[in-house]
Amino acid sequence: MSSFWEYANPKRFMQISSAAVPWIGGAALLCLVIGLGWGFFYTPDDFRQGSTVKIIYLHVPAALMAINAWLMMLVASLVWLIRRHHVSALAARAAAPVGATLTVIALATGAIWGQPMWGTWWVWDPRLTSFLILFLFYLGYIALWEAIEDPDTAADLTSVLCLVGSVFALLSRYAVLFWNQGLHQGATLSLDKEENISNVYYVPLLISIAGFVLFFISLVLYRTRTEIRARRLRALIARERLA
Amino acid sequence: MIPDLGKYASEVLSAYAVSFLLLVLIVAVSVKRSMTVRNRLRAFEARRKKR
Amino acid sequence: MIGLLRRDLTLALRAGGGFGLGLAFFLIVVTLIPFAVGPDTTVLARIAPGILWLGALLACLLSLDRLFALDREDGSLDLLATAPIPLEGVVAVKSVAHWLTTGLPLVLAAPVFGVLMNLPAPGYGWLTLSLALGTPALSVIGAFGASLTVGLKRGGLLLSLLVLPLYIPTLVFGAELARRGAEGLDPGAALPLLAGISLACLALMPFASAAAIRVNLR
Repeated sequence: MSSFWEYANPKRFMQISSAAVPWIGGAALLCLVIGLGWGFFYTPDDFRQGSTVKIIYLHVPAALMAINAWLMMLVASLVWLIRRHHVSALAARAAAPVGATLTVIALATGAIWGQPMWGTWWVWDPRLTSFLILFLFYLGYIALWEAIEDPDTAADLTSVLCLVGSVFALLSRYAVLFWNQGLHQGATLSLDKEENISNVYYVPLLISIAGFVLFFISLVLYRTRTEIRARRLRALIARERLA
Repeated sequence: MIPDLGKYASEVLSAYAVSFLLLVLIVAVSVKRSMTVRNRLRAFEARRKKR
Repeated sequence: MIGLLRRDLTLALRAGGGFGLGLAFFLIVVTLIPFAVGPDTTVLARIAPGILWLGALLACLLSLDRLFALDREDGSLDLLATAPIPLEGVVAVKSVAHWLTTGLPLVLAAPVFGVLMNLPAPGYGWLTLSLALGTPALSVIGAFGASLTVGLKRGGLLLSLLVLPLYIPTLVFGAELARRGAEGLDPGAALPLLAGISLACLALMPFASAAAIRVNLR
């Protein structure tokens, strides 16, 4: 495991990632095309949901990655706070907009999927509401990075925010469940992931999930490279100003 | 080519369209930012070499 | 620590200290709601517990950015950081001061404003209790947001963006408690959950806030 920390060295990271990004990105594209294509064109309609079941190939992977992106940011923030590897902090920063986008995709596809069943574009379904809250956490995190000038201070504060935010995000998940149950509504229709996974949908779904995972990894690696360059640029400008 | 999506055609298609657009958007934004930073870095280092 | 508490209270209560602004804002919000939703008293009665909670929460938010910013500007925050009391204690005391000058008045004012909102009779007690339990959490969570943004010149809006999502669990349980009380239902799990959140936040948030202040003072 000690060799893993070599990648924390910015120069090494840039070397490895420049080779890795095209391959992972290509694999992502392949999986997305196969998974989504298979799902869209070749899977049957569902008995109850009709063709809207095809939205599953977008909604489930996006939702999974929206959460995983935040978890990755959490781990990266911890690594920064404990081991002070700049690449880690920058990776967290790079991941946030991707995670936020995935959250929006999850929200939009979730709402569109639910509309025929609910009769309205939005209900405060516990799962969707939790994703809306997650989106707000992403926005706050991104905004804090943008607001603070000194990069190391920004890295520290956003890491603390990520930690505290993670606890509250979890807490909110249960609060929202409590909140919607307690409203004595009729059957709260939630888009239960497990509901429809019969074999015929399972494999294309897995491939789509793999596609989204690889997409996330390759894009975050790419964006981290940009962040490393940006940090270098800022440092060079600052040094020149002092000279 | 497009399978018979029945009465939910607009929902399914709009879901795919929105997702595709958002994915393209975040990739485009990332690429643009990368180009901008690389150009500024290159310009900066070119100026430094001239001195 | 008592000295610090007394100092903060005096500063807040002095002219220009912003005391009473929170209350005024609370009143304004409560006044605006009927204009927004119509004067139908049955509608108002139904949403009263939630609106009163929301108004109190927003009013709490207002005074947060002066929590640390004023001390930072005149350098006293640096002094406090190096004082014999641990910084976590400083944060806790400042949060208490914030609650005494902002949260507590809101708790006391809420039943009065409840009249404006046609709050049902059983709701008054439960509303006050839920706010009394919940507003301390709002103060310490708000202090965390303030500690993150203390270095920023116009951090008020960012402060709101950071703090409001963190307020959601407290709001959910607090408003639910108030609502169940108003409808005459058994408060159920809302009461212990609200109390639990408040206690946990009071115990743990100062540590996160102190860490953020230390970073900002570097």
